[in-house]
Amino acid sequence: MGMMVRGSDRLRILQKRKRIDKLKTITVTAMAVLFAIVFLLPIILTFTNSFMSASEISANYGSIFATTDKGGKVFVSKTVNLKLIPDMITLGQYITVLFKSPEYLFKFWNSVIYTVPIVIVQLGIATLASYGFARYDGRLKRAIFFAYIVMMLMPYQVTLVPNFLVSRSLGLYGTAWSILLPGFFSPFAVYLLTKFMKRIPTEVMEAASIDGANEWMIFSRICMPLCKGGLASIAILVFFDYWNMVEQPLILLPDADKHPLSVFLSKINTGEISLAFAVAVIYLVPPLLIFLYGEDYLVEGISYQGGIKG
Amino acid sequence: MTANKRKSLISWLFLLPSLLGVTLFFVAPFFVVIYYSVIDNPIQGNFVGFENFINVWNNAAFKQAGINTLKFSLLAVPLAVLLSLFLAAVMESRIPGKSYFRTFFLSPLMVPTASVVLIWQVLFNYNGIINNVLKFFGSDKIDFLKSDKAQIVIVVLFLWKNLGYNMILFMAALASIPKELMEVAALENASKFQIFWYVKVRFMSSTILFVAIMSLINSFKVFREIYLMTGDYPYSSLYMMQHFMNNTFASLDYQKLSSAAIIMFIVVSALVYVMYQVENFYGKDLEG
Repeated sequence: MGMMVRGSDRLRILQKRKRIDKLKTITVTAMAVLFAIVFLLPIILTFTNSFMSASEISANYGSIFATTDKGGKVFVSKTVNLKLIPDMITLGQYITVLFKSPEYLFKFWNSVIYTVPIVIVQLGIATLASYGFARYDGRLKRAIFFAYIVMMLMPYQVTLVPNFLVSRSLGLYGTAWSILLPGFFSPFAVYLLTKFMKRIPTEVMEAASIDGANEWMIFSRICMPLCKGGLASIAILVFFDYWNMVEQPLILLPDADKHPLSVFLSKINTGEISLAFAVAVIYLVPPLLIFLYGEDYLVEGISYQGGIKG
Repeated sequence: MTANKRKSLISWLFLLPSLLGVTLFFVAPFFVVIYYSVIDNPIQGNFVGFENFINVWNNAAFKQAGINTLKFSLLAVPLAVLLSLFLAAVMESRIPGKSYFRTFFLSPLMVPTASVVLIWQVLFNYNGIINNVLKFFGSDKIDFLKSDKAQIVIVVLFLWKNLGYNMILFMAALASIPKELMEVAALENASKFQIFWYVKVRFMSSTILFVAIMSLINSFKVFREIYLMTGDYPYSSLYMMQHFMNNTFASLDYQKLSSAAIIMFIVVSALVYVMYQVENFYGKDLEG
């Protein structure tokens, strides 16, 4: 008799706990969903709004952007309507951007010619350097590596002054090189890749060395293949960073024609505000594709960064 | 011995391209920056000691930029650490569709600021969506970007962009905590809160340090959002250090630029050093 009561009690407790667990899962999931909506909404809205017609955009948002333009007299409603789905879906804005207003494509191209070489060359220099750091540790090397970390941590407010001075004295100021060269030698990729390479057991390299491989062979045949994932993740991080550059062009490129789209997009004038969403989406596509294809690499790369001492 | 020396020499050759570039573009000109900060002007080159620093320090614009930037960072960095730790904890618990949530939370990282600025304007403008909602609830409209509330807006945008990145760092750290440690704690009747606070957080102290440092560094980049939304001359509470630098670059005042950069260098180094020491003290007995 007593045993049975205890048994049913236990069952009840178990059921109760299950209920609480279920409730907890629901609450946590609800919170996650809420956060996800907040995180995604700006991106989704940019996409959907890019399919609106010019008149719909100016009717919806005119009162916002008209305030910045004192000259134009545009009839707009006083209230702003945020719409998830356009009244009429049109590709008109894209057609205008791609075929009728070449200046946006020029600026897009500027972004490409700054970002792509920086990603490739920074990685190339960094793979060499990180092998140098990871192999044959020494007191001097450790001190230099620490200096790299300090440089990596410095914000643009500090590093742009030296970059500016060099650009001026080498006559690069105002040219693409003033953006490219500091990007090539940025210590970020060196730092991260060194962390990747230090995880390769020294025994692997020593074994190759005993088998008669020289340093270049160890570097190119053993280290590089083992660091593929690391290289991919760093390439993604560097790409995102430079695709979004704002500070450097503002200071190093006085000629606005040379600005990348990441700066120019905000200068879009009120008359063309309907194009802005389409341009924003076009600018978002390359990082979006890279993100969707390379998310696992990206996560791995970020995970490796943690622990500055490591 | 000689073979080893030769090998070590070769490893320096691998370092050479990077060392040369870094020296030319960062280290050497930084010494020039130091030199400029202690002379009266580049042509005469008279040594003036700390005069440039005192001038910059007393400059009203510099003060404003410094205070705004510091205020922003002191608010944004702790929030970024706490909220991303919370998100990582959410991701640790049993929820369906975890990998989707990871993608969602991380996605702002890839979005170029220029691409979402329009939406931020639609939301935070005086006639914008948030004010429409406020009005609906009978509250007064706020001109977010032209009031003292502007800093709050910027903190929100900063968190939006950076939480996912920090969350990944915390998720990696949580995954690396040895299971035995938690089992022992559970056996000793530690409550869930105790396990979280005394075991997990303590074990992650070096990651917390890293997240705090990275958030601090990224907090200086919030200039992008501000500049792209409000241009060269934002409301005074949004006037950041980078605005000050831009204006000083425009006037080509080398002394002011150099001293400001060095002050910034010292402040950032000091903040990082303090955080490092705190972590060292807090997580000392856990270092393996």
